[in-house]
Amino acid sequence: MAKPLRDIIYDDPKKMFGLNQEDARIAKSYLSVAFITLLIGGILGLLQGLQRAGLMELPAWLNYYQVLTAHGILLILIFTAAFTIGYLYSGFSHTIGGLLPKVRKLAWTGFGLILIGVVLVVATILANEASVLYTFYPPMAASPVFYIGLVFIVLGIWANCFGVFINYNHWRKNHKGQVTPLFAFFTMGVFVLWFFGSLGVTYEVLTLIPWSLGWKETINVMVSRTLFWSFGHTLVNIWYVVASSAWYVALPKIVGGRLFSDKLARVVVILLVILNIPGGFHHQIIDPGITETVKFLHVFMSVSIAFPSLMTAFAMFAVLERAGRRHGGRGLFGWFKKLPWGDVRFLAPMIAMIAFIPGGAGGLINTSNQINQVIHNTLWVVGHFHITVGVSVVLTFFGICYWLIPFISKRKLTLQMNKLGIIQTITWTVGMILMSGSQHLVGLLGDPRRTSYTTYGDHETALSWIPYEYVMGIGATLLLLGVIIQVYAVFNMMFFAPKGETEFPIGESEDDESPTPLWTERWSLWIILMLMVVAMAYVIPIVDFVVNGPPGSPPIKTW
Amino acid sequence: MHRLEEIWLALSAGILVVFMVIVGYQGFALGMGPPSNMDTVDPQKVDETEPFDEPGVYKRGENQYEVIMTLQAFSFNPGDIEVPAGAEVTFTMTSKDVTHGFQIAGTNVNAMVMPGHIQKITHTFDEPGSYLVLCNEYCGTGHQLMSTEITVK
Repeated sequence: MAKPLRDIIYDDPKKMFGLNQEDARIAKSYLSVAFITLLIGGILGLLQGLQRAGLMELPAWLNYYQVLTAHGILLILIFTAAFTIGYLYSGFSHTIGGLLPKVRKLAWTGFGLILIGVVLVVATILANEASVLYTFYPPMAASPVFYIGLVFIVLGIWANCFGVFINYNHWRKNHKGQVTPLFAFFTMGVFVLWFFGSLGVTYEVLTLIPWSLGWKETINVMVSRTLFWSFGHTLVNIWYVVASSAWYVALPKIVGGRLFSDKLARVVVILLVILNIPGGFHHQIIDPGITETVKFLHVFMSVSIAFPSLMTAFAMFAVLERAGRRHGGRGLFGWFKKLPWGDVRFLAPMIAMIAFIPGGAGGLINTSNQINQVIHNTLWVVGHFHITVGVSVVLTFFGICYWLIPFISKRKLTLQMNKLGIIQTITWTVGMILMSGSQHLVGLLGDPRRTSYTTYGDHETALSWIPYEYVMGIGATLLLLGVIIQVYAVFNMMFFAPKGETEFPIGESEDDESPTPLWTERWSLWIILMLMVVAMAYVIPIVDFVVNGPPGSPPIKTW
Repeated sequence: MHRLEEIWLALSAGILVVFMVIVGYQGFALGMGPPSNMDTVDPQKVDETEPFDEPGVYKRGENQYEVIMTLQAFSFNPGDIEVPAGAEVTFTMTSKDVTHGFQIAGTNVNAMVMPGHIQKITHTFDEPGSYLVLCNEYCGTGHQLMSTEITVK
């Protein structure tokens, strides 16, 4: 008789995944979707960059705002979601010893639902029935098919959330008195945030469907906008937790060091889960209908997210310094030179982490009440999220690929592939410095975001922005080159690289580290605390919008 | 916890607290808070509702003006505004259709203008010149054309 799953997990957890082709197939499918999406989204990004600078005209059947809507939804929703699921499910399966069969079924159900959703959404955008951008603010109304597509995408993500919840609880039941592996803890944090963070926007979309069908006459514009941002910014922090899972768990192993502190990493995850959802309000700092007092409370809530990030900054530098010294680095900065700069698995996430320093500082600027007024809806914001998401998150994702994909496809990372990865990382970094840098600068001068090429009747102020837009275009060109290299690398490693065993890097604790306390596993408590913070943030303004709000708005199509 | 880590985190928390105190002081004591007007209007009856039934520039005091403005895809009403140098201008705005943004490039004037809500923002134009006013929230196919000018003489 075969050993029960529990025993296999106990005896040799690392074997399970390697043996288990079924989990690998889930990961490969999600990752393939992710990188095909990245390629399409990247091409759309270049089209935008060139159109915006006035260097290229788009054909009549594909206007700037269609391209922008598709670029946003494909990259922000689909690429990140598909990558996150592919990556976390492989690491989760690897660290807890394989997925349960019903969880696999949920992952496949989610895969199907997301694909259906993507097809519906992309088809409506192509038909020019949904040029509403990623934020789809009502009363601008897309075709109902667009909103129905979004519901499918959310359901697909939820199926994966439930999968993780089920497997996590199953593991804990079978390992009484033990803390879960750190990677699994990160996975749980991400999916808890995803589920609770998407409740608000799901409610919004469900109210938009009957409204866009004409069954309901009007919609409350402010409620919709607020529910959107309760998700919109949570999503950003979901990516950040995903990226930091690699920083905390994999990076110490890659640089030949040890974990900084297992407990501290968990506290960071817990804080991010509890504090995150109100962060979205800083997108509404210059909105009408919200009092200055409520806005100030939200500035505080947004700023508090910086605290766990500063903990992460300390931990990461500590890990790197210790590893560098262990390899013979001397003096104040000697350890820095001893880091494995020639290893793409290190270089990419390292640049990603460095980018988080200006990225995080920019975030504090965006959230700070009156300063927000200077940069709100200018290209500064676009520059900000291209340095945070586009570098801190995405470059970490790229770096992960160089060990994750050989690991799941039982292949090897070759020297040539490592070299290509370094070239890719440098191309990407230079492209982003040019694009995001010029966007930050021209944003400070007032150039608005989400606007196709215009000189506003040759107004001198607008003309002074054009040179910066050229630089954006050059940056976008390099970025597409980076995307092409990355997509090639991913599929090469998935199907063509030489066969062999690759390790899934999991950092080990220092020898003298005290065991992680079990209280960190009290997810019900963290969720209750999170809901309390959400209630503090949202009950007053939403009740205010509903009770004191104006009559609603009918659906309007302005494109 | 490591001693250095304690120092780092105490400093971090301290900086964030000081930051909040400064933001709060500027917002509430110096009146520099972001535009947050609470009045509402029926978005489908803007033209019949005071004061938006008569958009325009109104003199309210010694070099003080109020601009009653409606925004709709893809224009500002009134457009091409002229005020004397040093004028303190309050913009009272609402949208007749979708969400718009009201930004005057080169100044700190930046506010969301949503249907159903009346937004207010005040600015003193000290420097003469031609100021570009633009919509900075995507509002439809002609969004990039939605602009006007304020001439300060």
